[in-house]
Amino acid sequence: MGLSLSRIYGSLSSLAFWGKDKEVRILMVGLDSAGKTTILYRLQIGEVVSTIPTIGFNVETVSYKNINFQVWDLGGQSSIRPYWRCYYANTQAIIYVIDSSDVSRLPTSRSELLTMLSEDELKSVPVLVFANKQDVEGALSPGEISDKLGLAGQEKGREWSVRGSCATKGEGLEEGLDWLVNTIQK
Amino acid sequence: MSFKKDEEAGGMSFYHDKSTILQEARVFNESPISPRKCRALLTRIVYLLYVGETFSTQEATTLFFGVTKLFQHKDAALRQMVYLVIKELSTIAEDVIMVTSSIMKDMQPNLEVVYRPNAIRALARIIDAQSVQSVERFFKSALVDRSSSISSASLVSSYHLFPLSPSIIKRWSNEAQEAVNAKSVSSFASSASSYLSGGGSGGSGGYQAVASSSYIMQYHALGLLYLIREKDRMAITKMVQQLGSNGKSNNIIKNPMAMCMLIRFARKVMDEDPNVRKQMHEYLESLLRHKSEMVNIEAARAICEMRDVQPGDLYRTVAVLQLFMNSPKPVIKFAAVKTLNKLAQILPQSVATVNVELENLITDSNRSIATYAITTLLKTGNEASVDRLMKQISSFMADITDEFKIIVVDAIRSLCLKFPGKQAIMLSFLSGVLRDEGGYDFKHAVVEAIFDMIKFIKDCRETALAHLCEFIEDCEFTKLSVRILHLLGIEGPKTRNPTKFIRYIYNRVVLENAVVRAAAVSSLAKFGVCIDDKAVMKSVNVLLRRCLDDVDDEVRDRAAMYIKVLEEKSLADVFVREEATFSLGQLEEQLVSYVKDETKHSSAFDVSSIPRVSKEAAAAEIAQARSSALDIAGPSTPKPESSAQASTSAEAQSSSYASQLAAIPELESYGPVLRSSSKPVELTESETEYVVSAVKHIFKEHVVFQFNVSNTIPDTVLEQVAVIMNPSPDSGLTEDFIVPIQSLSAASGTGVVYVSFTRDDPSTYAAGTFSCTLKFISKEIDPNSGEPEEEGYDDEYQVEELDLGAGDYITPTYVTFSSEWDKLAESASLTETFALSSSESLKDACKSLIEVLNMLPLGGTETPTSNSVHTLNLSGLVIPTNGNDKSSKVLARCRMTYSPGSGVTLELSVRAENEQGARLVMAAI
Repeated sequence: MGLSLSRIYGSLSSLAFWGKDKEVRILMVGLDSAGKTTILYRLQIGEVVSTIPTIGFNVETVSYKNINFQVWDLGGQSSIRPYWRCYYANTQAIIYVIDSSDVSRLPTSRSELLTMLSEDELKSVPVLVFANKQDVEGALSPGEISDKLGLAGQEKGREWSVRGSCATKGEGLEEGLDWLVNTIQK
Repeated sequence: MSFKKDEEAGGMSFYHDKSTILQEARVFNESPISPRKCRALLTRIVYLLYVGETFSTQEATTLFFGVTKLFQHKDAALRQMVYLVIKELSTIAEDVIMVTSSIMKDMQPNLEVVYRPNAIRALARIIDAQSVQSVERFFKSALVDRSSSISSASLVSSYHLFPLSPSIIKRWSNEAQEAVNAKSVSSFASSASSYLSGGGSGGSGGYQAVASSSYIMQYHALGLLYLIREKDRMAITKMVQQLGSNGKSNNIIKNPMAMCMLIRFARKVMDEDPNVRKQMHEYLESLLRHKSEMVNIEAARAICEMRDVQPGDLYRTVAVLQLFMNSPKPVIKFAAVKTLNKLAQILPQSVATVNVELENLITDSNRSIATYAITTLLKTGNEASVDRLMKQISSFMADITDEFKIIVVDAIRSLCLKFPGKQAIMLSFLSGVLRDEGGYDFKHAVVEAIFDMIKFIKDCRETALAHLCEFIEDCEFTKLSVRILHLLGIEGPKTRNPTKFIRYIYNRVVLENAVVRAAAVSSLAKFGVCIDDKAVMKSVNVLLRRCLDDVDDEVRDRAAMYIKVLEEKSLADVFVREEATFSLGQLEEQLVSYVKDETKHSSAFDVSSIPRVSKEAAAAEIAQARSSALDIAGPSTPKPESSAQASTSAEAQSSSYASQLAAIPELESYGPVLRSSSKPVELTESETEYVVSAVKHIFKEHVVFQFNVSNTIPDTVLEQVAVIMNPSPDSGLTEDFIVPIQSLSAASGTGVVYVSFTRDDPSTYAAGTFSCTLKFISKEIDPNSGEPEEEGYDDEYQVEELDLGAGDYITPTYVTFSSEWDKLAESASLTETFALSSSESLKDACKSLIEVLNMLPLGGTETPTSNSVHTLNLSGLVIPTNGNDKSSKVLARCRMTYSPGSGVTLELSVRAENEQGARLVMAAI
């Protein structure tokens, strides 16, 4: 009796999970000046704000298609990267932002990503990679980025996707979020 | 540690346990978080920190990162709590810069949130020096924000950031000034900030009606302005004059605390600059009628504590304080009576007018007020009332804390010296309280008081010593026992019946710990040496022999030494009756440099180069350092030791120069400083654009001149400041180099230029006169950026001439003149006669001789007793010349006659350990 009741309650609450007061906790990381803060505010208020390097983090609630995302935008400077781990707990999705035009630092970006993904706390958490700054001349395409990251062979048991974006024009962001929503709701 | 606290807290202990809270901090990681739960936990963390619980760096850092996650929630009350905790943890936790971005966001001016000020205050705690610049623009606007809470928060934060980055904060003084002048405050801001202004308006009484703000930011802005201008005396004076002017612009300052602050600045200004004293005094007087009691009290206090305050300055002040003594508020009464108490130490007759009110306060239910009232009366009252007051004090001594007991004891101590006739009753009171319960500080004060009585009132010596003997029979404080035993050793032998003390002292040898035993042995020995009675000497000898079996080394050593001293009279003169002692500051400095320099370790430490001072002078220096309680004894007791006092403090000064010089790399090879001139010579008037004073340092082969230069012009920066010195032709000195000041502004205080010369022939004492010119590049400061302009121009500034003479090679030192004089009869001796036409009197001549030769006058010979004939005895140590390693003694006997027609005639006889020393002195005249 008690068992079945709680089962009913459980299924009810999973329906309510996507209601107004529940939030999906998303971690947004990447190297410095990849465009994380710009993406965050583009998503939240739909405007391009002038940003300064994030010392620490920004946290904002972004509403998209009736779902509230609580996005943690962590600073990407090398001095701040060690603290990313302090914010891993309870993360439901990761957005990893890469400056597609910064080819020289792509290996650094890759190793930071892989190090992060090897953490137990982030096991099987879906990853959305934004190959940002697609509008800049000389930017690598999402496909090229994906090849260089080499997630295809390595990340089994985790949903991931590499998508092109341009935060200043707002291109690719919504598509990315759509993918995230679908993945999480699965 | 925390265990004990738990016990005290009783049932609450679990609630406030650190480990529980660290565990519960998991709620910060929950998603979504519960603002209510988190806030409660944050409260408990702050509580723990406030009651003194300590967190390790690790614990604090973990907590801190937990707390940062709470930024996800917008709950205002939670956010405020978060900021409180961040501020507390910022000093313990690592990597606190992680909240920088989050804080900056909360500080944005477009946000109308209640926690903006909290964010500003937290930012000041976590930011580092490099980042201050990046928030400058923001701070400049926040400083003048219309909301007083935001303006206050940024003012206070700037104040705390000042030490981190003074140059940037200095650029904000215009904004701070604007905050002082702030006229109106919007109603939104003040309602949002009510939690803050509540604290500020507490003392203001009637202000809430005038505006819904306490104007608290004026207080904070004044504090910041002062900090920025601290080093610029003119600017501070101007600020006080502007804000305090009684003209139509009056009442800019609305906040009573800001008024109090202004009063303190005013006091400082008038202490430093006598020219504005009258104006400031008038201003302070006008504030006695201010509507805030706090301001009245502060103004009254400032007037009472003015330097050289005269009874005439005080009538109105005392009248105001008199009114306050009838106030229903205990705080006001307390402040008034405490101020009067302090005043009574300097000018008891001015306070005597309120004796009636003071009498009423004796029975006040607040013991602190009563204590101050009664001790004030003790100072102002006449001899007749003493008995009655003493009786009253005894009745409530048991009810007050040690702190107040000390105040009472100090009052009685000065009273004894004022009315020596009453010494019996005072002494019995003091010995009575000595038997009461009490801590070290209290007992120490009582013992000091009795010491003073013994010193100044001869009649009470025997009784007082007897009381002290009784006290050490059962004294738990080793320090006090030792001091009393020492005093017994000095004073005991001079009494009529000294042998009775010996028993008490020997009891200590039997019963006490090693430190006291050692002191007792020394004390016993003094009885043996100083009492002229063979029988006593014999008994002391027996007692000392018993001490040879003591378990403690020090006690045995002292006993053995004193037995020897007792047996050989010549030793007694050196070890027991010797009147001189080493200048301790110098001795320490020399020992330190000896220990540090391994090359010196091959030879023994040379004690003879340390100047000696009389014990009297050493004691005077200690007395000077002691608290002001003795000041009352000052006017009534003569101060014969003042000149000796000056010489000892000069020693301390030169010790500090030595360490300064050691920091200059260019001077490293010069070896130790042999001598530094005691007082800086002023080369300019004190009110000129550039103020220069000089100190001379003599090294083995060099002379280094130190010029202390300060720039008093606020809008210019001097760069490459050097002093060009031209020696007179036959000075025997060759210039080596100049160490200039790179940059000198009004705010940077005093800079130092060093000019080094080589002594051509180190075996002679080079002397001469130098013309000095200050040379520099002057640059104006751009008023907009606060930075000096690129282009400057060369400029010169003539300062007065500087002399190098005999006095710079001699250090005053204490000797017993007559015996030393005879001893030196064999060595170098010179005598010559001079006519000192420039001296107007013998006194004049003495003064200039002491000044020129820089030697210590002995036996009070610096003050002539006759108008026509006088002999001045001087002694000093001459620094070594190349041939010698040791300083050599030099003595001078100056026999002078004076007649109105021909002025002073001087017959100068010099005896010295070597001839050069003697010639140096002779050549100086």
